[in-house]
Amino acid sequence: MTRLFGKHGWVIGLAALLALLFLFTRLIQPGFGASGLDSLARATLPFAFATAAMAVVVIAGGIDLSVASMMAVAGVTAAVLMDGAGTGFSVFAVVLVLGLGLVMGAINGALIVVTKVPDIVVTLAMLFVWEGTALLILNAPGGAAAPWLRNIVVGSVIFPWLPKAFVVLLICLAVVWVPLRRSKLGLSIYAIGSNELAAYRSGVAIGRTRIAAYALCGLFAAMGGLALTSATGIGEPIPGPYLMASVAAVVLGGVVLGGGRGALLGPIVAVFILRLVRMDLTLLSVDPNITTIVEGSIMVAVVMLGGILAARARS
Amino acid sequence: MTSDTPLLHASGVSKRFGAVVALKDASLTIKKGEIVALMGANGAGKSTFVKVLTGALKRDNGTVKIHGADQHIGSPGAARRAGLVPVYQEPSLIPDLDVADNLALGNTPVEPFLHWVEALGISGLRLDDMIGNLPLATLRILDLARALASEPEVLLLDEMTAALPTDLVEKVLAVVRGQADKGQAVIYISHRFTEIAEICDRATVLRDGETVGDLAIADGVEDKVVELMLGAALGAGPAVAEASARPTGVPRLDVHQLRAGTRLADVSLQLFPGEVLGVVALEGQGQDELFDAIAGMIRPDGGTMAVNGKEVRFHHPADAIAQGLTFVPGDRAEGLLMQRSVHENIALPMLARMRNWGAIKMRREASKVRDAVARMQIDIRAQGEVQRLSGGNQQKVTIGRWIATGVETLLLFDPTRGIDVRTKRQIYGLVRELADQGAAVLYYTSELAEVPAACDRAVVIFQGRVVDVIPADRADEQTLMRAAYGLTNAHEVPA
Repeated sequence: MTRLFGKHGWVIGLAALLALLFLFTRLIQPGFGASGLDSLARATLPFAFATAAMAVVVIAGGIDLSVASMMAVAGVTAAVLMDGAGTGFSVFAVVLVLGLGLVMGAINGALIVVTKVPDIVVTLAMLFVWEGTALLILNAPGGAAAPWLRNIVVGSVIFPWLPKAFVVLLICLAVVWVPLRRSKLGLSIYAIGSNELAAYRSGVAIGRTRIAAYALCGLFAAMGGLALTSATGIGEPIPGPYLMASVAAVVLGGVVLGGGRGALLGPIVAVFILRLVRMDLTLLSVDPNITTIVEGSIMVAVVMLGGILAARARS
Repeated sequence: MTSDTPLLHASGVSKRFGAVVALKDASLTIKKGEIVALMGANGAGKSTFVKVLTGALKRDNGTVKIHGADQHIGSPGAARRAGLVPVYQEPSLIPDLDVADNLALGNTPVEPFLHWVEALGISGLRLDDMIGNLPLATLRILDLARALASEPEVLLLDEMTAALPTDLVEKVLAVVRGQADKGQAVIYISHRFTEIAEICDRATVLRDGETVGDLAIADGVEDKVVELMLGAALGAGPAVAEASARPTGVPRLDVHQLRAGTRLADVSLQLFPGEVLGVVALEGQGQDELFDAIAGMIRPDGGTMAVNGKEVRFHHPADAIAQGLTFVPGDRAEGLLMQRSVHENIALPMLARMRNWGAIKMRREASKVRDAVARMQIDIRAQGEVQRLSGGNQQKVTIGRWIATGVETLLLFDPTRGIDVRTKRQIYGLVRELADQGAAVLYYTSELAEVPAACDRAVVIFQGRVVDVIPADRADEQTLMRAAYGLTNAHEVPA
């Protein structure tokens, strides 16, 4: 039991924090109920996918600054393809967009592996490339989302307080992550983030694993783009505030910047915490500018806490 | 294939890094059931050879045959598949994964792994233990157990026993010998003659990137091996430095029973003003930890240090610097501002010392710096940045700037590695000049021939302990080499 707590202590702590935040929300907004949960889940959905995308590359010891831009490319591609299309074609469009995400991510990864330029530089450059690509596809907000795509995230399933958006999120992440986590590729992703030399000596193909990690990042980013289009009903070529938000959630979620440690569950809980904090501050009619200061402070505090805990573990 | 075909046969292997030839003509043959020791002095090319054999480096020339067939081994993974499994000096397990995940990563079967872990003397290991939380000795054993579990045809052990306590060493030796008796081939790299005599069948000796001998292990083979490792250098007659009088008085630095990390076990030495004290050790015998502890970079686990007779405790490099101890790291990049000029680099420690407030006295500084540049014979035609200088000239800057600044105690860690002979001589001159000014110099070198040329005496460290103290006039390479391999009669000499 203590071992279990030791390994998952951070996530358990985050879940407790999230529960407290829900209680606090009920306190300041007694009317917060099923519909509030539904809108929170829907608003969080693109942030959650962006966070999952970032988490995979950070675990692999990298970072991808182009997550938001890739989401924009995926979102506008979906919106353009689905505009006036039938259900059958729109399903095809979804599959195509997911494939596009994999390709974009793989290009990022391949550039890093082949050129040996630091990931932060490559993905910063690709941020602009993907941003331009999105604007080429659609130079102003437009297009449309297929009705079924909009409906799968609106409302609740089974229980009135279980939002569909939340279930969709869990299914999408689980379908990719659960089989991956214990697979050779999953372990290799952790291995290159933890200690690249040891991984190389253990027979891990470093370059291929890194490209795969970035491709997965692109896949999750494409899911985020689809979520965005389904939530708004149109394609938006200008990237949203997903880059910093995803890094913040990844760090708060217990993934160590530098790689090797953490998983998807923590960051996903963390992204809900951050969105809920933002919502509460809005409900308390706090100046939105102060809200960003609070978010930034949480991030710094978490990184500091992580450093202190690591130092104590060493001594 | 006949039974006589060697399992592994490497011949004519060469490898160069830029202008540096690391391997010229290395060869190695090993048959089923044999344990072959791969030996060589520091810089003989052992680790390069190992990396080439295991696919971590690409060879320039030569052949590596496994089972008589030419093999292209492009990565450690490929070496594994060809049946050659290495256990490197540093653990190659992933710190952030647990034991089970590490096994899955390398497709290692769990049952045989656990069997070997037990046989090698580790009990109570759980498969969900995080690698990062396990002690180093355990990790070495797990690495070996993982290699054994994959049933390699050729097992390569690089300093396997270096970080292990004695009881585990015995278990490891027994298991390795047992595996060889069952037909496995083992390449055994170690600095410890006793272990080699105990389990090895043959010794292959490398010198300057070349295989110079292949000897059967028998009584008295140690002397032959030492001779082979030294080669032509033997009998060349060392150019002895002007022997200073045996120092007396209060030592500048008095280290007593210092202990740190897994390697530095118990080192005592005294360093006097005006003296250059050499430190001689094979790689990884605790010399890194010794210098780090004296320079305040790590805190020792035990023992005491005194400067000028007063006991000191360092919590930070700044504490050591405040006591007049100046550390010049082996890696020049750690000590220089590569993008700044020679003048600035020489002036830097002076500035740091001269004043915290107010203007710097430019004229006085400039003249001191000019003096230093002239004395060091640094070729500053390039003027500009230090990074444009040759390695030798850079190293002259790291040492020579202390002539301009004045220094009490200088800690030099392998200052002449990769530097041409002429520059080396100039560096010996600089060091001697500093000592004549009254500085005390502790001088670790990986090149034995330097000791008589640069030092007054040398302490020899083996397995984290001082095994001998040798004055310069007796410090020929063979004496030093024998001592460095722990072959002197174990008389404890306090330095």
